[in-house]
Amino acid sequence: MILIGKAHKLGDNINTDDIIAAKYLITTDEKELGKHCMENILPYFSKKIKKGDIIVAGKNFGCGSSREHAPLAIKGCGISAVIAQSFSPIFFRNAINVGLVFLELPYTEEIYEGDNLELDLNKGIIRNINRNKIYSFPPFPEFLHRIIKEGGLINYIKKARLKYV
Amino acid sequence: MGYTIAEKILLAHSKREVIKRGEFIEVLIDVALGNDITAPLAIEKFKRAGFKKVFNRNKIVLVSDHFVPAKDMRSANQAKILSDFAREYGIKNYFDIGTMGIGHVLLPEKGLVLPGDLVIGADSHTCTYGALGAFSTGIGSTDLARAFMDGKFWLKVPNSMRFIYRGKLNRWISGKDIILFTIGKIGVDGALGRIIEFSGPLIRKLSMDDRFTMCNMAVEAGAVTGIMEPDKVTQKYISSIPQFISRIPKFYSSDKDAFYDKIYEWDLSRLEPQVACPYLPSNVKPVSSLKNIKIEQAIIGSCTNGRITDLRIAARILKDRKINSGVRLIIIPGTQDIYKQAIKEGLAETFIKAGSIFSTPTCGPCLGGHMGILAENETCIATTNRNFIGRMGSVKSYVYLASPAVVAASAIKGKITHPAELIDR
Repeated sequence: MILIGKAHKLGDNINTDDIIAAKYLITTDEKELGKHCMENILPYFSKKIKKGDIIVAGKNFGCGSSREHAPLAIKGCGISAVIAQSFSPIFFRNAINVGLVFLELPYTEEIYEGDNLELDLNKGIIRNINRNKIYSFPPFPEFLHRIIKEGGLINYIKKARLKYV
Repeated sequence: MGYTIAEKILLAHSKREVIKRGEFIEVLIDVALGNDITAPLAIEKFKRAGFKKVFNRNKIVLVSDHFVPAKDMRSANQAKILSDFAREYGIKNYFDIGTMGIGHVLLPEKGLVLPGDLVIGADSHTCTYGALGAFSTGIGSTDLARAFMDGKFWLKVPNSMRFIYRGKLNRWISGKDIILFTIGKIGVDGALGRIIEFSGPLIRKLSMDDRFTMCNMAVEAGAVTGIMEPDKVTQKYISSIPQFISRIPKFYSSDKDAFYDKIYEWDLSRLEPQVACPYLPSNVKPVSSLKNIKIEQAIIGSCTNGRITDLRIAARILKDRKINSGVRLIIIPGTQDIYKQAIKEGLAETFIKAGSIFSTPTCGPCLGGHMGILAENETCIATTNRNFIGRMGSVKSYVYLASPAVVAASAIKGKITHPAELIDR
């Protein structure tokens, strides 16, 4: 799979209240959540996003609450992937479980707002088209790769059960 | 090489002979917890997946605590999804107003979590139960939907860090000050993806309530969970639970040669009350360095500090005093039993006489839900756990985190205050 989009830069410790404020947790609708993505820190964020765009952030992305509404809001506003230096453990599993593409990259400071990025998930390559730079990222461990391949945890479990039942 | 307490609990809940750090494993859980924000999404996923049965109706706990009493129609609907699901699947551990409490205060009180248990909860503060010597961690709604179905949970076996605390605490220093100090030292990603094992002679002297407070905020340092080895204090606590009958607690402890990827040691004899300033729980300063920080609101409660000892400390300071006329003080007990106990002990009367309000249990204002939302340019000092931008209301409001003693003293003075300014000894 190849994803192409513009980079939207965010800082360190982007927390789940930044991603989707608690007052909007009265729905599970991805599109509706998406309208309010990052509203607390960047009021017009969701309006700026073109389908396929990519979030590029610092360390500890998704810290705070366990709300799965956070990766849903990111998907819902049209973001295709999140690249960060590190992710909080609960956001990490939520992203895997709901099938949000996310990648750890130590060099996010070399990517700038508006850079055009190309992610080749099969080859494990991030290409920064504007700056003519290529980064490789290690493949997900086999266990996680299988969940991602099935499109999330529930599909994976259903398939696994069919196999064994 | 030996195992840590956390690794021993994971091993006991896996179907394996050995486990290794960094390895992906699946474990069987003892308790799966959901609330009125996360469980509706889990239930939706459970149904959409076509799952027909829950793995064990006695191991699922549903608590409507975040937006109750329902703050609006849509949150009323979310709580109703929980009660309908509980009825449909015969889940007896569903708690609504009248019997409920904030989940992480309620579950230990009801004996639903015991030492040695493996607990997952679709709420990041599920790590609270580490105080009992249980492995407990926050997960998402999809994880919860899956656990409802087969009682299992996947994880990568995390590395552990060991924090050793020594010394003798000064007056007014509580578990909250210790955990704020710790997060201030290591940062909000200081324990990222790892397990914090709180240990040392100082921990042994802490009450269960202080221990819950500390483990509760392990997630604020990025940890998968915080955990403490159970001891006599733990034993006494669980023996006092009237409902505790059916299951046998298991007291695990870490092996001498267990592996920790980092060990910190602190002597806290000189620690003074700690305050986390906006906008991170790691932005911690000693209370004496905060001069003339005026407050409009103060909150005592939450899964971090809504327990009976927290209310007793607040009452000790508020007794026969009046809060500052420019301050709204909101006191929220963690559970219905704590509410009743506070009335019985006269704490409720003290609170009301001082000019505060004493509410029914709810997470309410902690996450900016209801019951005390902040206006623009307002400042609040709270015993809660997060002070992110807009956490409690306006994105132009400010939240400071502190202990019940500091919050009560600040409510009286109208600015952030050391309790020793009001009571010498």
